Amino acid sequence: MEKCDVIIGIAQLHVSRAPGRIVTIGLGSCVGVTLYDPINHIGGMVHIMLSDSKKFAINRMGGEILNKGKYADTGIEELLTQMIAIGADRRNIVAKIAGGAQMFEIKEGNDILSIGEKNIEASKNVLENLGICVVAEDTGMDYGRTIELNLDNGDLLVRTVTQKEKYI
Amino acid sequence: MSDWKVSDSDYESREYDMIEATKDSNYMDVLREIGNIGAGNATTALAQMVNCKIDMEVPKVKVLSFNELTSIFGGPDKPVIGVLFDLSMDVDGMMLFVLDIKSAKSLANLLLMGMSEGEDLTEMDMSTLREVGNIISGAYVYSLSEMTNMTIWTSVPYLAKDMAGAVLSVPAIEIAKTSDEALIIETVFKDGDNDIGGYFILIPEQKSFDEIMKKLGVK
Repeated sequence: MEKCDVIIGIAQLHVSRAPGRIVTIGLGSCVGVTLYDPINHIGGMVHIMLSDSKKFAINRMGGEILNKGKYADTGIEELLTQMIAIGADRRNIVAKIAGGAQMFEIKEGNDILSIGEKNIEASKNVLENLGICVVAEDTGMDYGRTIELNLDNGDLLVRTVTQKEKYI
Repeated sequence: MSDWKVSDSDYESREYDMIEATKDSNYMDVLREIGNIGAGNATTALAQMVNCKIDMEVPKVKVLSFNELTSIFGGPDKPVIGVLFDLSMDVDGMMLFVLDIKSAKSLANLLLMGMSEGEDLTEMDMSTLREVGNIISGAYVYSLSEMTNMTIWTSVPYLAKDMAGAVLSVPAIEIAKTSDEALIIETVFKDGDNDIGGYFILIPEQKSFDEIMKKLGVK
């Protein structure tokens, strides 16, 4: 990997200008959301764990959410804010999402095991409310994914243990 | 029968904030006990199955952030085997038993009396791991059940083989609802020269967590 690559962990986010890549390794039921402005070559990625910051109160001290990257609503909004702050134009921005797998065989009505699906749904809702179009996705199924956002062109590389790697 | 010794577990904790400290240190005591008794039960069960001596190291309880969880296995991209169980009845939640591939292979080979072939895991290995995961986890759940006098049912084992980050995302997400750190029990079984390291993550739902603490007389 090149020098300007940035790897983000679970519940973290990062935005940057080209060149370089933003990578997150081993997405399971978490969802990786990437935003990209193809005109200004600015992109960002967030590794989301949970659907809604309002539902889970743990990080809310004095009304402020400390770990914004953990939730779909705060994570995606923060990503957008930071991208605009470094020169992205909101009107150009498109989204790609990956992850949200069912890592273990699902049992009917099991909240714990269907969390991936909920995370995808929540992420799409947040993007829709922000008026950002989802141009590609590789979600669901039962395997983990490593994703790399290429900041030069917005390509998202998806790698898994069992499937062929692909660009979306 | 196996020879197994259980003494005080080590703590590998770090500083965290005052409010959480009471709850977590009590919970760590509980986990340490479950770890000791559970690992003892599991070692006995394993030794009886394979009819040879199995030793175990003293279980360790660790407090880890989500990003540190995968570092146990060498990083989020390293392949692991996860055996997951739903817990129900008096305790709702889940339990996950995680092994790296080498330990999984050694464990399968132990149960298959050395007949497991190759380096990678075969279908036979996988089905063996499902069963042995069931036995080992059952031993832990039994110890929790005995200590708390609560009835706990475990589901059939669900198996996943994938990147550590992906497998561990399942318990991490559940824990993330209430905390930013996970408590994990490390158990090492020793079969001759082979160390088989396994990790348990017990995730009771908040209500069940409170109930467990109450039953154990911990406030």
